[in-house]
Amino acid sequence: MKPVSLVTKEYRTIDYVSGPLIFVNNVKGASFGEIVRITLRDGEERTGQVLDISEEHAVIQVYEGTRGIDVTDTSVRFTGEPARINVSLDMLGRVFSGVGKARDGGPEIIPEAILDIAGTPINPSARDKPADFIQTGMSAIDGLNTLVRGQKLPIFSGSGLPASKLAAQIARQAKVRGEGEKFAVVFVAMGITHKEASFFMRDFERTGALERVVFFMNLADDPTVERLAAPRCGLTVAEFLAFTHNLHVLVILTDMINYCEALREISTAREEVPGRRGYPGYMYTDLSSIYERAGRLKGKSGSITQLPILTMPDDDITHPVPDLTGYITEGQIVLSRDLFRRGADPPVDALPCLSRLMNLGIGPGKTREDHRGVADQLYASYAYGRDLRRLVAIVGEEALTELDKKYLKLADGFEKEFISQGDDDRSIEDTFRIAWDLFAMLPEDELKRIKREYIKKYHPLHKEAGGG
Amino acid sequence: MIRGTISRISGPVIIARGMKGSKMYDVVKVGEESLRGEIIRLEGGDAVIQVYEDTTGLTRGEAVENTEKPLSVELGPGLLASIYDGVQRPLPVLLKLCGDFIARGISAPGLDREKKWAFIPSVRSGDTVAAGDILGTVREFHFEHRILVPHHVSGTVTDIRSGGFTVEETICTLDTRIHLTMMQVWPVRIPRPHQKKLDPVLPLITGQRVFDCIFPVTKGGTAMIPGGFGTGKTVSEQTLAKWSDTQVVVYIGCGERGNEMTDVLEEFPELVDPRTNLPLIQRTILIANTSNMPVAAREASIYTGITIAEYFRDMGYDVALMADSTSRWGEALREVSGRLEEMPGEEGYPAYLATRLSAFYERAGRVVCMGAGERNGSITVVGAVSPPGGDFSEPITQNTLRVVGTFWALDTNLAYRRHFPSVNWIKSYSLYLDSIGEWYIKNVAPDWRELREKSMYLLQKEVELQEIVQLVGPDALPESEKVILDVTRMIREDFLQQSAYSDTDSFCPIEKQYLMLKVIMTYYASVIEAMNRGITLKQVQGLPLKAEIGRMKEIQEINLIQAMIGDIDSQLLSLEVER
Repeated sequence: MKPVSLVTKEYRTIDYVSGPLIFVNNVKGASFGEIVRITLRDGEERTGQVLDISEEHAVIQVYEGTRGIDVTDTSVRFTGEPARINVSLDMLGRVFSGVGKARDGGPEIIPEAILDIAGTPINPSARDKPADFIQTGMSAIDGLNTLVRGQKLPIFSGSGLPASKLAAQIARQAKVRGEGEKFAVVFVAMGITHKEASFFMRDFERTGALERVVFFMNLADDPTVERLAAPRCGLTVAEFLAFTHNLHVLVILTDMINYCEALREISTAREEVPGRRGYPGYMYTDLSSIYERAGRLKGKSGSITQLPILTMPDDDITHPVPDLTGYITEGQIVLSRDLFRRGADPPVDALPCLSRLMNLGIGPGKTREDHRGVADQLYASYAYGRDLRRLVAIVGEEALTELDKKYLKLADGFEKEFISQGDDDRSIEDTFRIAWDLFAMLPEDELKRIKREYIKKYHPLHKEAGGG
Repeated sequence: MIRGTISRISGPVIIARGMKGSKMYDVVKVGEESLRGEIIRLEGGDAVIQVYEDTTGLTRGEAVENTEKPLSVELGPGLLASIYDGVQRPLPVLLKLCGDFIARGISAPGLDREKKWAFIPSVRSGDTVAAGDILGTVREFHFEHRILVPHHVSGTVTDIRSGGFTVEETICTLDTRIHLTMMQVWPVRIPRPHQKKLDPVLPLITGQRVFDCIFPVTKGGTAMIPGGFGTGKTVSEQTLAKWSDTQVVVYIGCGERGNEMTDVLEEFPELVDPRTNLPLIQRTILIANTSNMPVAAREASIYTGITIAEYFRDMGYDVALMADSTSRWGEALREVSGRLEEMPGEEGYPAYLATRLSAFYERAGRVVCMGAGERNGSITVVGAVSPPGGDFSEPITQNTLRVVGTFWALDTNLAYRRHFPSVNWIKSYSLYLDSIGEWYIKNVAPDWRELREKSMYLLQKEVELQEIVQLVGPDALPESEKVILDVTRMIREDFLQQSAYSDTDSFCPIEKQYLMLKVIMTYYASVIEAMNRGITLKQVQGLPLKAEIGRMKEIQEINLIQAMIGDIDSQLLSLEVER
């Protein structure tokens, strides 16, 4: 970083205001990305950031919104500093605004460090391979799409689907087996309602986790631009907690769609060439600067695991926001309206779900040797059973062969017994037991994805025969 | 020296004043921190510059200095097993210089300046040498790294040395007073020359059944893997990087995940090349420009990678280049183009997208290398494409399709049911089938092509039959067509599916691939024959045959599979017609 100039420059040359942006004339010496203080006519102070500098203008986005800003009396002061946040271990249990100001009525924190919220990319050769299996207690995740420490696994939801409940349950139950609790949660709310936010807060309170949580709250009625800063503030704190204080940090970001809307609003105000559905062409790069801030570092015991929540507009997984997210994150958990209607809890649609890092966290010594085979077999059998449902709708169940009827039954059982579990906290062994009970419905030869030796070892029939 | 000042900053693009005399694609140093950038447009005295590092903190009026050199890479011993960012900065060195996070304004040379390499000359004083000739060799692990005479250089050797040298020390002096070192510098945007291009007639064997047997690519060919997220592009690219039968692999992680690169970094040193028994990392060069690293360096990473590949090709080696993903490269072009306020083409991509894509893929090929002594080398390019929403009609997929020879279309629905590799057999194609036919006849079996066509025909037929089944149910089909559904399920599950994580099946030798297909097609022919005798499908399905075929993947001994072919007939002949 360059030394910060002691002379600050103040301008009263606002040319025009457009949406969340102000355009200031004749600015000299402003630096790209620096923070500005804006003083309104009545003395109110706001914060903004420089987005573009040209000969005519400096373009500034105002975090708290532009209401009340005028072109004659409002003054703009350039601080020469990038956007930073004060961080400290004392932030645990506190509530902050999207730009890191205390919001719970308590005093501002005494900083241990002041960090740039934009962060810098982790050197790929400094990363350590995520490998610790996190038991979330949810069969749909543990059994089929295993979460590991340092992963970023979003929940793709639809409006009205219980994504928050699922996220809260994961946060409540997640543990790495055989380890003491040295964890923290960073919760970033972006444009969600007060009701949703208090749901999480109550849930953390109920389980006594509240003093391990740092909240960054930007609610639906808070300024939009602040949403762009909120996840960055949250992740900066998460990095600090994980890599300075060696905590295992779970970051919940909700709701990413609101973040992207804010990004689009700024882009439109800047009159940029729009990409798909009006979102800016650099949205992939921008999103990756958030999601990529997860992982582990060599020689550090802390980790950052991300659980972003994203509401798919019209349940459309090809919408640019879930689409680009899926290209960056290491898998996704997808909720289904169809299953929700049929009463599955959680309504996880297994087929489009994926965990890319699953193989690093499973197998002998971590979960069990048959894990990979069991997951693949469940997927293949369930997918086939689902196809049959469509067929049954047309030709009736009688037209099916005996084998196909068994598949149909397995698909039903899979949704009712395996996926649906309510508030249970299932151990990974329980998850496997349910899976093998389902496999017992099929002839053994159909279990092509599982090695023979594992079938002999774990199949309920063999177990009984062997007295196990 | 040309020095200007910054007049505008907009994300990764800046405009500098007073840059008269600059050339396009000159590398410049921007600001007090000397951030590296490249000139991408000139307007009078103004230069538009894309900066390879984050531009936060830059101020109007800061200095811009032109180095008057194009963006180049360093080529020489020490490349193998390296990991670089998009502009050839070695990441482990950056780690030592600035810690876990990449700071700005840091530079490090691409090749280690301290390390000494044992150089064994193969020319003598008095020999005449010209561009591309081999001066001598260096052992890099077990790899014979050939030191070549740089382009535009020729003369008579007056002094040649042998022993341990760093890449900067003179190893050879020519009568033209030129001192040669083991290191060459080459501008990334200019293809390295070769004598002439050859037709691609040798297949690239990858150990993957759906690639080798069904949709092959050649050494020197080009292939693309498009697919929505989660369809297995990265796993396919990594599998190809692991098992392709080339001497060198260049793997470009272009705008992708950091954890994935770590995975490659940790896994490759442990994996062993089935052909040489050496760790895979010793033949691999990684270029990692993760998605959150600066966007302009992402644009450069593709060129850095292919230039390194060309360097090894020029030594006479076969090189495979994996680019994951070219869509992120295209998006980098779009982002920079947007900042330049250029008139957008389709979906906001610049109008020159197609030209850039085809120019990149044309750097692949099998060639006669420069220099004395006939040396052939090749570069096979496999580009992953990430179409938004899995929609193949988008510009990058379509423009790439026009230039590549093999198309591996990944399918979301196959991925959902965990059919991997999720290559859709109806949509995919290979244009190399004819040119490599001869190799397969000679080295695999004369009837490979016939078996392939037959199985493809059955899979095509299956699609039609499935439509009928969806309408009237499976019982309405005649026995002869039910057999087809039975066999195609076998082809799909027991042949096409191949787990990248299985210890027995992740690499399948070409002989075994052929035999597996042969077994299935023999089964089909024999069942049809049996049914002509009056045997029912139900009887056939009662045989242990199907389960045996289903376990073929786990069988390592090729003669056991060979034996199955005879076994099929004897099992079917043992059936008697039910009265």
